[in-house]
Amino acid sequence: MVPAIELKGITKRFPGVLANDNVNLTVEEGEIHAVCGENGAGKSTLMKILYGMQPADEGTMNLFGEPHTFNSPNEAIDAGIGMVHQHFMLANQLTVLENVILGAEPTKQGGLIDFDTASKHLEEVGKAYGLTVDPFDLVESLEVGERQRVEIIKVLFRGAKILIFDEPTAVLVPQEVEELFRNMRELKANGATIIFIDHKLEEVLEIADTITVLRQGKTVATVKPADVSATDLAELMVGSELPTPQITDAKISDTIGITLDNVTVLDEDERPIVDAVSLEIRQGEILGIAGVEGNGQRELVGAILGTQKISDGSIFLMGDDISNKSVRSRRENGLGYIPQDRQEEGLLLTAPLWENAALGHQTAKPFSGGWNQWFIDREGSRSQTERIRREFDVRTPNVDVSAHALSGGNQQKLIVGREMVSEPSVLVASHPTRGIDVGAQASVWEQIRQARSNGLATLLISADLDELIGLSDVIVVMFRGRIVAQLNPSEITPRSLGAYMTGATSEENPA
Amino acid sequence: MKNETIRRIMLALAAPFAAVVFATIASSIFLLIAGSNPFTAYGDMFEYGSRLEIQVDILNRATPLYISGVAAAIGFRMNLFNIGVEGQYRLAAIVAAYVGASVSLPGVLHVGLILLVAMLVGGAYSGVAGVLKVTRGVNEVISTIMLNAIAISGLIAWLVREWQAGGSVDATATNVGIGTEPIDESGLIPNINSWLEIFTRDIGKGKELTGVFLVAIAVGILYHILINRTRFGFDLRATGINPFSARVGGVSDKKMVLGAMVLSGVVAGLVGMAEIAKLGRFNPNFVGGLGFAGIAVALLGRNHPGGIAIGALLFAFLDTASGVLQVTGSASREIVFIMQGIILLAAVIAYEVVQRFRIREEARLASALLEGEAQ
Repeated sequence: MVPAIELKGITKRFPGVLANDNVNLTVEEGEIHAVCGENGAGKSTLMKILYGMQPADEGTMNLFGEPHTFNSPNEAIDAGIGMVHQHFMLANQLTVLENVILGAEPTKQGGLIDFDTASKHLEEVGKAYGLTVDPFDLVESLEVGERQRVEIIKVLFRGAKILIFDEPTAVLVPQEVEELFRNMRELKANGATIIFIDHKLEEVLEIADTITVLRQGKTVATVKPADVSATDLAELMVGSELPTPQITDAKISDTIGITLDNVTVLDEDERPIVDAVSLEIRQGEILGIAGVEGNGQRELVGAILGTQKISDGSIFLMGDDISNKSVRSRRENGLGYIPQDRQEEGLLLTAPLWENAALGHQTAKPFSGGWNQWFIDREGSRSQTERIRREFDVRTPNVDVSAHALSGGNQQKLIVGREMVSEPSVLVASHPTRGIDVGAQASVWEQIRQARSNGLATLLISADLDELIGLSDVIVVMFRGRIVAQLNPSEITPRSLGAYMTGATSEENPA
Repeated sequence: MKNETIRRIMLALAAPFAAVVFATIASSIFLLIAGSNPFTAYGDMFEYGSRLEIQVDILNRATPLYISGVAAAIGFRMNLFNIGVEGQYRLAAIVAAYVGASVSLPGVLHVGLILLVAMLVGGAYSGVAGVLKVTRGVNEVISTIMLNAIAISGLIAWLVREWQAGGSVDATATNVGIGTEPIDESGLIPNINSWLEIFTRDIGKGKELTGVFLVAIAVGILYHILINRTRFGFDLRATGINPFSARVGGVSDKKMVLGAMVLSGVVAGLVGMAEIAKLGRFNPNFVGGLGFAGIAVALLGRNHPGGIAIGALLFAFLDTASGVLQVTGSASREIVFIMQGIILLAAVIAYEVVQRFRIREEARLASALLEGEAQ
């Protein structure tokens, strides 16, 4: 039988990154094919290429034996490929029917929308694939699981035979996952082909007919679920070798820098996205958080920083309860922050470097103060920025250029520098070296290590295992908003780490 | 370094200059279509605008435009659109006129009280939009537009009758339409012709330069200091450039929204003061449209204290000098509205182009300088 999809030698380069490196993927017609991999393994890029959102640099794509290249999602849709997005793209105030036909409205004479034909077609599609939902319900009145069904019907309505599910279970509770899986089996029974992206391995093993694992942009294995355990899969995803932790003479003090006590954060649907997390980081200690992105790390950081409201629990900074304090008061009391996206959350791109250096510290010396604390001390700010430039090796002609003129690595060094020179007592570092070159990375690591030996308590979140294992004194794993394990970096194995990160811990119990 | 500064100034001026040139050309086409000679029309306007007494008129017109522009710019600096300057200044003017007329105080105090009341009323009224946005998430564009309607066709229409000179009498009385009670001489900001006479003795023809001109200059200087020197201004600009970075940097977005909105209204309260000083009261024909013109002036001036001044002068020149067209008959005076509109549109586009050019240029410059350093 001719495979539904055959991707051969797909390569995609981004500046400085090889997102897909000679990836091969074959999906048989009528199967559920899971694609697994860590963040940055290249899953999303591969799917974007398949769905026509990005062109591949190299490689070929065959659909049912026919070669295809897509320049836009519309071409992919015409060829029978549909994408069910992780985050629903629905208009809440419209009915199910209106949402389904949105962008593909059947019209009758005079340009009027032909609702009769549309609802008939919708009914046929629903029947053919065993999916039912009342076409005249308002989307805002639907449960999360039902909304997802609308997303699926939307794709089928446009004639898709191949469906890409982009992490469909990320937004669902377990009962809803079961419902989704029933729907997926139904679709399969009616002849649809499904590509399913996920990194929750037990789910993958339950639903998939075939599993392809990506790691660092390469296909590492294609297996049948019967032949592997979740732990095997986890090992495939994480890789067989882990970096060895650096032996440091770090003196961890007994003073606790930051304490999280049962911290819970709810999302818009009132579901816990950070679920009763308790942590303690002492001065001179780096606590690393491992976990697949989207398991509550971002919200946990927000809770510590004060940008995210916590619904339960408390946070103590150097012994003081800061649970209800403003971001500014937390920062003034010694909380440093290196954001995961420097341009989005760290910088004022069109402002000069010295103003960027002041951001977050504008209420403290030397950025303001002197004879009148309500004024910015421009001279003080400039000389402080000069100091950051010198000590943290920020390559820039002067401190008056705008932040956008700097390379990513230098922007990051500026941010690290601005946090470090203020001598925080606790640092939250979220992916501190993401997307910067090796040289800048090494220098950022060195700065963090140095700050640790000066007694800084650091919370490190990273998807880069070199960074996580290389820097952390202790590693905890976050999964579905909970801390599921606490590990010693020198005893960690790819098997155990991968298993915890993907929730594959029930069948065996790695030490 | 010197060259760089000149370059930067040139770049900053390139956009408004291009916009004016483009608008002139486009307006000429309209004039030609309408059967007028553009050269005659522009010539008339320039000749008229170069007369000293007309220049006093231009400054008198530019004064409230400038204050209004600054009021709008305070919001714009953090992407907050206070469309309500119009309602804020008119409401502030009538309340200030009423309060000013009901007290009698020595000069400086009297004037000070009237200005203070105007600022408080303007700030309180714009504060309503701020509170709505912070507590209920109401978009400030919508709320300020509605507040304009409430102020202009509601509150003011009512107050102007309620506070009518001679008491709120029936409509047949002789004093209908005269406005609020007159303010004592001590409460009127004097003209500053004596200052003008430092430059020229030849002011004549009964023209008076409003004393609010000095208030406008003070507003400009304070605006510059506030935005560029204070922590509040830093937080405000940071929020405007990147609200997420600002938030993480400890800037409370709610406080900033409220603060900027109120401050914008405080400045808006001063817009009507020149008119109050001239009329000595608030009347039903009180000057309107200054709030909306201020938005245009702020956009044209790129929210920069100096830029707004240039924008205000340009618009004031067009407004004032167009009066001559009716006299000479060389064109319809409405051509200046077309010109103002085109200048504004062209400026917005030109600024965007220049901004992109500047970003590229700066990145290139930074890397070039670094390479030079490495060698």
